[in-house]
Amino acid sequence: MKTLTRSFTKDKVLLALAAPLLAIAAAFVISSLVFLASGENPLRAYWIMADYGHYSDSQVWIINKAVPYYLSALAVAIGFRMNLFNIGVDGQYRLAAFAAAAVGGAIALPGALQIILLIVIAMLVGALWSGIAGVLKTSRGVSEVITTIMLNAIAASVIGYFLQDGRLAIKDGNLLHTRFLPESSHFFSFPTHPKPVYGFVVIAALAGFVYWFVLNRTRFGFDLRAVGASEPAAEASGVSVKRMVVISMLLSGAAAGLVGMPTLLGESFNYGTDFPAGIGFTGIAIALLGRNHPVGMAFGALLWAFLDRTGSRLEFEGYAQEIVGVIQGVIVLCVVIAYEIVRRYGLRAQQRKVGEELAAQARTNENDKAEATA
Amino acid sequence: MRRVTRFAAAASASALLALTATACGQSFAEANRASHAGVGLAFDIGGRDDHSFNEAAARGTENARKKLGVNVKMLTAKNGETEADREQRLASFAEAGYNPVIGVGFAYSRSIENVAKDFPETSFGVVDAVPQGKNVDAMVFAEHEGSYLAGVAAALKSKNHKVGFIGGVNNALIQKFQAGFEQGVRDTDPKTKVTSQYLYPNNDKGFNDPAAAKAKAGGMLDSGIDVIYSAAGQSGAGAIEAISKRKGAWAIGVDSDQYQQPGLAKYKDCILTSVVKNVDVAVFDLIKSVEDGKPLTGVHAYDMKKKGVTLATSGGFIKDIQPQIDAARQKIVEGKVKVKETP
Repeated sequence: MKTLTRSFTKDKVLLALAAPLLAIAAAFVISSLVFLASGENPLRAYWIMADYGHYSDSQVWIINKAVPYYLSALAVAIGFRMNLFNIGVDGQYRLAAFAAAAVGGAIALPGALQIILLIVIAMLVGALWSGIAGVLKTSRGVSEVITTIMLNAIAASVIGYFLQDGRLAIKDGNLLHTRFLPESSHFFSFPTHPKPVYGFVVIAALAGFVYWFVLNRTRFGFDLRAVGASEPAAEASGVSVKRMVVISMLLSGAAAGLVGMPTLLGESFNYGTDFPAGIGFTGIAIALLGRNHPVGMAFGALLWAFLDRTGSRLEFEGYAQEIVGVIQGVIVLCVVIAYEIVRRYGLRAQQRKVGEELAAQARTNENDKAEATA
Repeated sequence: MRRVTRFAAAASASALLALTATACGQSFAEANRASHAGVGLAFDIGGRDDHSFNEAAARGTENARKKLGVNVKMLTAKNGETEADREQRLASFAEAGYNPVIGVGFAYSRSIENVAKDFPETSFGVVDAVPQGKNVDAMVFAEHEGSYLAGVAAALKSKNHKVGFIGGVNNALIQKFQAGFEQGVRDTDPKTKVTSQYLYPNNDKGFNDPAAAKAKAGGMLDSGIDVIYSAAGQSGAGAIEAISKRKGAWAIGVDSDQYQQPGLAKYKDCILTSVVKNVDVAVFDLIKSVEDGKPLTGVHAYDMKKKGVTLATSGGFIKDIQPQIDAARQKIVEGKVKVKETP
């Protein structure tokens, strides 16, 4: 029996390595085929991407771009871990950033106090917005997929209503934006060369750690994963599924509230018509890419930002703009499919092994019996 | 415990890797210095073939290519871009030695300001925005004045006395079109009812979602509206398509003379006129000034007086009302009519 468990762990390591390797290989092959089909040389494209990505300005850019991606992926992953699809991260972070910007532009507290206040407001607003979906699911049984999508549209309209001259916005040429945040709410940054890295990268890393700790090292995280694995089983062992749904939706929304903060506190210092939209949807892809694992998602976010950066370079070098979008899609599909294939293969291998072991045991029992009767 | 150490190891390793890489690396601009390469044109959402706004800017560079022999390179914005994406696009032009670098659309307002600081030797231009900078040419247009004339034409041509306005995105720029159009209608025929609607409250998708514009125009036509003015970039083509299927209904185009657009040739018989924004002239002016060694800087307003905005006459559909339109234009030029910029 001891040999059996040992070979299982060895297999487990092999399988864990097999999935990402398979995904990378498949993504490379398919992307190369896409390049070839569009009449381009894939090797030249990869070389352009690698070369452009290695310059310091590219790396600063990639890290800064990855920070909101990572936070968004965390928000999505909290839901994913208990089979909740929070498609509404997009609306949640935009409304949260807008609320924080509106408050931040109106008051000026000293130093860190202002930053903390704005982050708390953003997390509360994000949680409030996703909480609506959570409550609707538990009280009326409405699928959170539908409500969160609808809430995205409502958030856009709410922002559109208030982001007008004379309401909460001021007109700046053809841009409309909230009042600028005072100097005290500018987040610190690392003085890298040639442009600085957002200090918010620290908060993102911290959020990743909290995510890991809460999910894997607390009773709450255990309950959450239990609900994700099997609702009836969790219910039977005394977990209130409804309560878990609402709480995890609130947490997911609170994490979503952080997504807009690096931009708001580190770059734009206001919420305007040019505030980035759509990061909530990118977060879904990155959560899938990173398998909901805090480190995996960090790599996923960096990879995504790397593709954004080098993809624009490909366009500059004459490749079609859409090609990077295709590659990003291919990578996500490859990762999802590769993990599923490897999981099924592992399951089958395990079953086979157990079957063989049992058969062998049965054979020896037979023999023993035969000997006994003989 | 095992998982904690693994997590900590992975996190610190990747952080270390990232920081060492960024701290001592060389930047792309330092490694690749280039000289005069031509004109860099960065499009807004919708890209070159939007038959409208971007197309007008592209025409300006096309003229420059023919008349001044300059090389032109074009790049296009994607949906849901961040400031970082736009800055990268502009910087990659400047790094490669393109001069001038032109951002088409007010979305480039802040990115031009930031990138122009990093490349003081390069001339930058931006359409529809007024960013700060010693090396920036801001090209702004009196869209409200052009739209006023469209309102005059719509009021005179509508048989049902119901006209419509479709905006791509409810932002300050498109509100100028709406305000001018509504005022033009009101001043011409107070009994005509104007319905103004937007495709999206604040999503730039409004400029490349022809299907949404088609549905919106369909709804307006069903309610008896028979002249529709759309200011929605590439989406406008969808509205024009819907209008072409309704007998007796007119579309008013925007930014380019849409009657002349090969991509819209199928529907041109329903295009009453277009509010032409002469972005091509402004773009050409900047390129020429750079070629002459005296680059334009500061704000350049292209209004009705300077023929920066005009009403297209292709197709001859507004020939019968030309006197009224000319009279309205005269009033604006002389300052007798002040067109509002906000509805």
